[in-house]
Amino acid sequence: MYAYDELDRTLINERVSEFRDQVKRRLSGELTEDEFKILRLQNGVYLQLHAYMFRVAIPYGTLSSMQLRRLAHVARRYDRGYGHFTTRQNIQYNWIKLAELPDALAELAEVGIHAMQTSGNNMRNVTSDQWAGVAPGEVEDPRIWSEILRQHTTLHPEFSFLPRKFKIAITASEHDRAAIKIHDIGLRLHKNADGETGFEVLVGGGLGRTPFIAKTIKPFVHGRDILSYVEAILRVYNQYGRRDNIYKARIKILVHELGIEKFAREVEEEWKLMGDVGLTLDHSAIEEVRSRFSYPAYEKLPHMPDELKQAAADPLFERWRKNSVAPHKVQGYSIVTLSLKPVGGPPGDATADQMDAVADLADKYSFGEIRVGHEQNLALPHVAKRDLPQLWRALDRLGLATPNVNLVTDIIACPGLDYCSLANARSIPIAQELTRRFANHDTADMIGRLHINISGCINACGHHHVGHIGILGVEKNGEEFYQITIGGRADENAQMGVLIGPAVPYAEVADVIEDIVEAYLALRDRPEELFVDTVKRLGVEPFKERVYATR
Amino acid sequence: MPLVKQGRITTDLFVHVADGAELPGDGAILISAARFLEDPEAILKRAGKTGVIWPNSRAVDDLVPYLDRLAAVALVFPTFRDGRAYSQARLLRERHGYEGELRATGQILRDQFVFMSRAGFDAFEVKKDADADAFAETMKRYSVFYQPTGDGRVTALNRRMQLRHSESAGQ
Repeated sequence: MYAYDELDRTLINERVSEFRDQVKRRLSGELTEDEFKILRLQNGVYLQLHAYMFRVAIPYGTLSSMQLRRLAHVARRYDRGYGHFTTRQNIQYNWIKLAELPDALAELAEVGIHAMQTSGNNMRNVTSDQWAGVAPGEVEDPRIWSEILRQHTTLHPEFSFLPRKFKIAITASEHDRAAIKIHDIGLRLHKNADGETGFEVLVGGGLGRTPFIAKTIKPFVHGRDILSYVEAILRVYNQYGRRDNIYKARIKILVHELGIEKFAREVEEEWKLMGDVGLTLDHSAIEEVRSRFSYPAYEKLPHMPDELKQAAADPLFERWRKNSVAPHKVQGYSIVTLSLKPVGGPPGDATADQMDAVADLADKYSFGEIRVGHEQNLALPHVAKRDLPQLWRALDRLGLATPNVNLVTDIIACPGLDYCSLANARSIPIAQELTRRFANHDTADMIGRLHINISGCINACGHHHVGHIGILGVEKNGEEFYQITIGGRADENAQMGVLIGPAVPYAEVADVIEDIVEAYLALRDRPEELFVDTVKRLGVEPFKERVYATR
Repeated sequence: MPLVKQGRITTDLFVHVADGAELPGDGAILISAARFLEDPEAILKRAGKTGVIWPNSRAVDDLVPYLDRLAAVALVFPTFRDGRAYSQARLLRERHGYEGELRATGQILRDQFVFMSRAGFDAFEVKKDADADAFAETMKRYSVFYQPTGDGRVTALNRRMQLRHSESAGQ
């Protein structure tokens, strides 16, 4: 965990007081809606279909139990008793009142939580691997660098009014859980031949109406230089990014129009001219940030405790353990994923009571720490293996032990037309229907790892382009239709899915997805071949044939 | 439109001269970049001070040769959501060492004062009287800053490291 000190807390409080003044000026009419819009967006406040939506940052996905309890409190006190975890390590509340927002922010600030830059054309919440610091084999804890970047990008005096939003993600593992290739800047921490720590810097990734996979702009930037290098990229983007057309204003378009080589030369030149402007992080600066991360006092525990051996006799426990429990870098401990994807539920939602209960379980079993991942699930990062059976029973009572992590019902979905003013079609009911269709755990197990991603519009908040199966809602003559893509992925081998054919009406989506899955089961060359690998091997044709032959 | 300079509402001594209009023989003038670049040397020889309004779509490099002879550079925020001039301001101050008046013009609201001041602006053509009146108060809003810029404010990281250093020295 990172401990905010007096300076961090002061800054957050100063921000709350500024926003309180801005809300007051809006309510008195001193600020026009046009002026206020930008200011509220910079504080995570959207005007949605039915009410204001409030998006709160969970930097690099790490929460303390105290913070999670406060998120629950805000859900209960200011909203309708639940929150929605998003694909970018945020939590959203859907029914907040504008006049009460400053109070909600002040209550969050007391536990070191803020909503700064969770929206607007500035640098957004820095995201990272939800298993950071506990994943076996990672280069080092990427959250130290995430925090350095969080601070640097917060209220940046040059980059708070960029052409468009700007997202940075960091990973330090071979397996990318932070989806860095679909971010404006993706950072991959690694060591060079001399054993020094630095970053491969990727730039220009993103989804939406013009999707791109990020390209490597520089294979190695030393850790001490990462702030100046990122600043050079942003300065080039701020000056040359398009502002004439909102759809062409993202950095991916600039990179695409210039070409990565030319863009890289511009950045390199800016970086050289920049010289020493106080951005170089010497060893003591990095250590200062590192020193404020605390790590649990792990016990020396056996690899295979008796409690686990005994529980293995229970097939329900075993099913959950195999699905939801991942190896930890410390012997005797595990990382446990809590599925927020129950059968028939909206993906990523948690009630205030569930949040409180998870906070209690984190205190009891995970050194008071919780993680939030881009798949819209939670995780307890430090669970002693001997505690797994008890934890499982407790989670099961809370409806948080659905053993479907990474399976076909672990669906990523945006809120869609039910909440969002941008959406053309519903997302949540499609997800709910699919979780019912594939509710049989044996079938889901047999299918194996398969990511379904649903977006209710082209803006792609549900990351449909990179779903193994992607579902995109579109509107045709006032009716909801859905385009289906297959073969996308968001990991270290990220790529965009391929459209399989004409959009299908709402009522047929679940049938089509079932057809695709059945086709896969018939076509895979062995049970271990993942859906996405079968698509890679055979292309979309056989799936297309199966779906459209009878329609 | 009130002008805030050195923290106070002041009278604008610069006369805005339109591109077609005749230049006064003396007195401080503020003219467009296009007009200035037509014949910079002649304009700089005038008896009065010269200020240039620089568009946010043009690199400041073209202005650099004249910086030490300019009394003011006005950068433009056509809307307050267009932040290109923040980069121009930092380049002028920090890279090119410009020390004259750096003026923010266009849609200038109190909510940008801190960002602008940190980027190097020291004069503000403020859109609303109430915002100009609130300048001093608004500038006191923040006491903690994360990024080093040319404004010299000490960053949170440096304050922490100083504190750490003094603690370890005291032990």
